[in-house]
Amino acid sequence: MGVGGTGSLLTLGFLAVVAWPMPAEAQAPPEGCVACHLEIGDDRLVTPAKEFQEDIHAAKGFGCTACHGGDPKAAGMEAMDPAKGYIGKPGRQQVVQVCGRCHSDARFMRQYNPALRVDQVVEYRTSGHGRRLLEAGDTKVATCTSCHRAHTIRPPSDPRSSVHPLKVAETCGACHGDAKYMKGYPVPTDQLEKYRRSVHWKMMSVKGDLSAPTCNDCHGNHGAAPPGVSWVGNVCGQCHTVMAESFAKSRHAKVFAQMGSPGCATCHENHEVTEAGDEMLGLGAAAVCTRCHSSEDRGGKTAAAMREQIDTLRAEYDKAHTILQKAEHAGMEVSQAQFELNEAKNALVKARATMHAFTIEAVKREIEPGLQISAKAYERGVRALEELQFRRKGLAVSVVIILALIGGLVFKIRQLERR
Amino acid sequence: MATPDRRQWGVWQWLDERIGLADLAKLARKKEVPVHRHSIWYYLGGMTLFLLMVQVTTGILLLLYYRPSAEEAYESVQFLMAEVQFGWLIRSIHSWAANLMIFTLFVHLFSVWLLKAYRPPRELTWLSGMGLLGLALGFGFTGYLLPWNELAYFATKVGTEITGAVPVVGSFLGRLLRGGDEVTGATLTRFYGIHVAILPALTVFLLGLHLFLVQRHGMSVPPNVEGHQAARRVMPFVPNFLLRDLVGWLSALAILAALAAYYPAELGQKADPFASAPVGIKPEWYFMFMFKTLKYLPASILGIEGEIVGVIGFGLGGLFLLLVPFLDRRTARGEPSHLFTMIGIMVIVYMIVLTYLGYTEVATQ
Repeated sequence: MGVGGTGSLLTLGFLAVVAWPMPAEAQAPPEGCVACHLEIGDDRLVTPAKEFQEDIHAAKGFGCTACHGGDPKAAGMEAMDPAKGYIGKPGRQQVVQVCGRCHSDARFMRQYNPALRVDQVVEYRTSGHGRRLLEAGDTKVATCTSCHRAHTIRPPSDPRSSVHPLKVAETCGACHGDAKYMKGYPVPTDQLEKYRRSVHWKMMSVKGDLSAPTCNDCHGNHGAAPPGVSWVGNVCGQCHTVMAESFAKSRHAKVFAQMGSPGCATCHENHEVTEAGDEMLGLGAAAVCTRCHSSEDRGGKTAAAMREQIDTLRAEYDKAHTILQKAEHAGMEVSQAQFELNEAKNALVKARATMHAFTIEAVKREIEPGLQISAKAYERGVRALEELQFRRKGLAVSVVIILALIGGLVFKIRQLERR
Repeated sequence: MATPDRRQWGVWQWLDERIGLADLAKLARKKEVPVHRHSIWYYLGGMTLFLLMVQVTTGILLLLYYRPSAEEAYESVQFLMAEVQFGWLIRSIHSWAANLMIFTLFVHLFSVWLLKAYRPPRELTWLSGMGLLGLALGFGFTGYLLPWNELAYFATKVGTEITGAVPVVGSFLGRLLRGGDEVTGATLTRFYGIHVAILPALTVFLLGLHLFLVQRHGMSVPPNVEGHQAARRVMPFVPNFLLRDLVGWLSALAILAALAAYYPAELGQKADPFASAPVGIKPEWYFMFMFKTLKYLPASILGIEGEIVGVIGFGLGGLFLLLVPFLDRRTARGEPSHLFTMIGIMVIVYMIVLTYLGYTEVATQ
């Protein structure tokens, strides 16, 4: 489902494995099927024929018979002869094999898209969906065409595609957000709603960052499954590497695992990951630490101390930033100091990441250089403002001297001309 | 000034014997300035000269810190502005005095035009003055790039691109100015050389000629004043006029100091040739009317590219300006020349309106 994954259709029939031992070669449309189906007057039959014209498979030269079998050369109903491999609408289990017939064949796929992976069916067999369908015969679960809508399949990079990053949540949510449909499955149905409130969705939908995670980035696409408690951290750590590294070495990593608590998601939630802020740390009202710790225990004290360190650097950075901006607006040249102050901001970011090691020392290591940089920048801001005052006073003095000289000259001119 | 007592001084005498100070003093005493209702305009030339002296002095001081390469130029100016004692003052005065000088130069030019001071025998004074105007604009154009900041970089890119529109020699001129096909460190070094060596050398020559001619012909009295005023009033140049000049110069100095203290020259971001051009790049204000005219011209005029027509137009305009003393035959014959007064006023209005539009209309890429 992901952009880098397989935006592909798994389309060829179960029965057809016997009928067509080899993947079908591309055959130029239109075939006889389309001519009749467009005229037939029944929407169920017209729509697929109409939609398929914009499908990636049609664009690559495949026709209806590539998936449905039959005789592309026959003009009438005889085209749909089961003896000629016609399978009609493939069943849900059948779909996997229909699609996999081409999409699992590296040699065949190379002709059309050498970069496309060919392990979708293998992955699908390991997924929650695949295991239920293929092992338990549960036909309610998703199969290829549930996500890659048959007849309108487009590459994931196409914004109209059902597996475009912006559409993935909606596509998964079509089933997973439907409480009625999901009845009987031990899965909540509020994920889509929660995800829509998350910072990840905000990044994607508001800031337009298509690399922000959506369902498949954490759950996998063809191999979709819920991340296990012990490997949630690995999943989040794909992007949040520094935090994940600190966390992996921390006391919490072991304790959470023992408690059966899902790593990162213990504090940050899973689908509803909101923007993390300093207020989450410490013993304040919005702090997540208080769920387990109090001001009495060591953990609570550590949390409060780490928060204090971060708050101090933030305040010092803000102070330096404000004074430099004031100096800059007054026309003073402080760009070098502003440039250097960026390092303090970096230190703050690093401290916030290192905090996931949950030790005061680790945070201190990042905070201290940041404090030094901020103090230096603040001092330069003060110097710049002092210099500004000096300039203004200097100007006043020189203007007085100049005016006195002018006065003297005017007096001299009058004296001269009076004679 | 030279008094009989002073002449007794040893040094005076020693110098007098060697360079003829007494002759100079005599010359200075003889020099007079006409007094009439338009006398105020006589101060503009001196004011421009004073500002030029400020430029020379501050320019030489800037040279002590400035490093003319793409790698170091911006940093050296930044260092000068932030670390060097009074570096900000020197650079700000250099930048402000440059603008004021061009302004007084334009006022001087148009006052000479409208008062018809170019009439015989002062055609060469006019020509040398026009040459000095060209040099001043050249100083402005080359100096603007030297801090190597984003705005200057792109303004120079556009400016040198326009020279490419000059027929026949355009592309050669563009390459000659840029020192290559693009504005690069080579352009910066070239502009630096032009700014601190070539233009000053030419200025010394032309300014010398201009001042010599002013001295030789004296101040021109406007024809309308000359005809109506029976008894001509005059004042001695030394010391009366010179002292008045000094008052003006001191006032200019106070204004410069205030501008430098309250609006120090900005530096902005370092030029990045790979960055896209910032929105609303503008040339220096004195090029704005030309820049805006080129923007208004349609893409094609009578089958010729609009920009080429514009550049040819300005070339012809410049040539006309240069030849005003020879074209205005009525003034030369001592008759009133309303046509040239009108043309002068129209040129002023055109420049003001276009400059105004350049700063008020929505910025375009």
